[in-house]
Amino acid sequence: MRRRLLALALGGLLATATAPPPAAALDTALPGGAQAPTTAPVSGGPLSGPALDEAVRGVAAQLRCPICQGLSIEDSPSEIAQQMRAVIRDSLAAGRTPDEVKAYFVSKYGEWILLSPEPHGFNLAVYLLPAAALLGGVLVIGLAVRRWIRPAPTGAEAGAPDPTATSRS
Amino acid sequence: MNWRAVIIALVVTVPVVLLLGYGMTQDPRAIPSPLPGKAAPTFTLAAMKPPASGTAADRDTIRLSAYRGQVVVLNFYASWCLACRDEHATLSQAATEFKGKPVHFFGVMYNDTEDALRQYIQQMGGQTYPTLVDPGAKVAINYGLYGVPETFFIGPDGRVAYKQVGPVTSQVLTTEIDSLLASVPAAAPTPLRDAPAATRPGP
Repeated sequence: MRRRLLALALGGLLATATAPPPAAALDTALPGGAQAPTTAPVSGGPLSGPALDEAVRGVAAQLRCPICQGLSIEDSPSEIAQQMRAVIRDSLAAGRTPDEVKAYFVSKYGEWILLSPEPHGFNLAVYLLPAAALLGGVLVIGLAVRRWIRPAPTGAEAGAPDPTATSRS
Repeated sequence: MNWRAVIIALVVTVPVVLLLGYGMTQDPRAIPSPLPGKAAPTFTLAAMKPPASGTAADRDTIRLSAYRGQVVVLNFYASWCLACRDEHATLSQAATEFKGKPVHFFGVMYNDTEDALRQYIQQMGGQTYPTLVDPGAKVAINYGLYGVPETFFIGPDGRVAYKQVGPVTSQVLTTEIDSLLASVPAAAPTPLRDAPAATRPGP
């Protein structure tokens, strides 16, 4: 049973690691329709008003500002960040989904543009290593604690020579 | 010696040291572009005119698709960019040298004003190729630009062959253009220019 569970877990991990990115990530068409030669069909419903503002913030918070140090384009006051937010807004207003908009930026800037890398392939290390390190740490601490609280072996248990037995022989 | 402890320590530390060592060989500022090898994003942009004839109505419109089958050198730059000054003369000279060949140079204005750019071009002693106006930096974003100067070499097949980050040198220009010219069909089509009209990229 244990082996079967382990095999299932490993299989799932392998499938996630080797799975291709979602189809939307392959769409290189320009959101907002600006001079896009191969515009993909609009797949989401057009947003407007506060829902659009919220969606723009949501996408912008996940994308890295190209000229800043570790800032999202939502947080950056730079001109390029403002222009990227405008592209996001146009795209979402045109009915593209947040995933499609993110995929567009990934197709132009690479995965670098994502503040959190997609959990597939080598990127999985980012998510799995901390968990593995934590697990390892817990294991080491557990073993150490077990060793500390284990009662000290008595002389007979430790195989010490029995003085009585010696005098008899 | 406790070999078990040594092996555990090595298993834990060696991958970490290797990972850190690999990180030391990488330039944290270098952002790999996914564009080389892929189709160049198309655009239709208005060309900036010199002050004498520069009205909104008589601008030429440049469509990238009209240059299919030829080599296009697309240079994003700005008047406020100091590094752009290093490559300006080189680009102008190369554009002159390749005149008559199926090679076309275009500058693209990046987050700048036309007046500032005209002044800059004048200061730099002129420019031998047109500059295109990119409102809202939509084309720049479509090319995955994260700074200026950046130069894209687009081959006759319409794909981005090479992206230069930072000032371009005459050696890079010659090497890349010669390599792309080798794949240009014998009778390259003449680029089609649209009738002058107020056009902008955009939705």
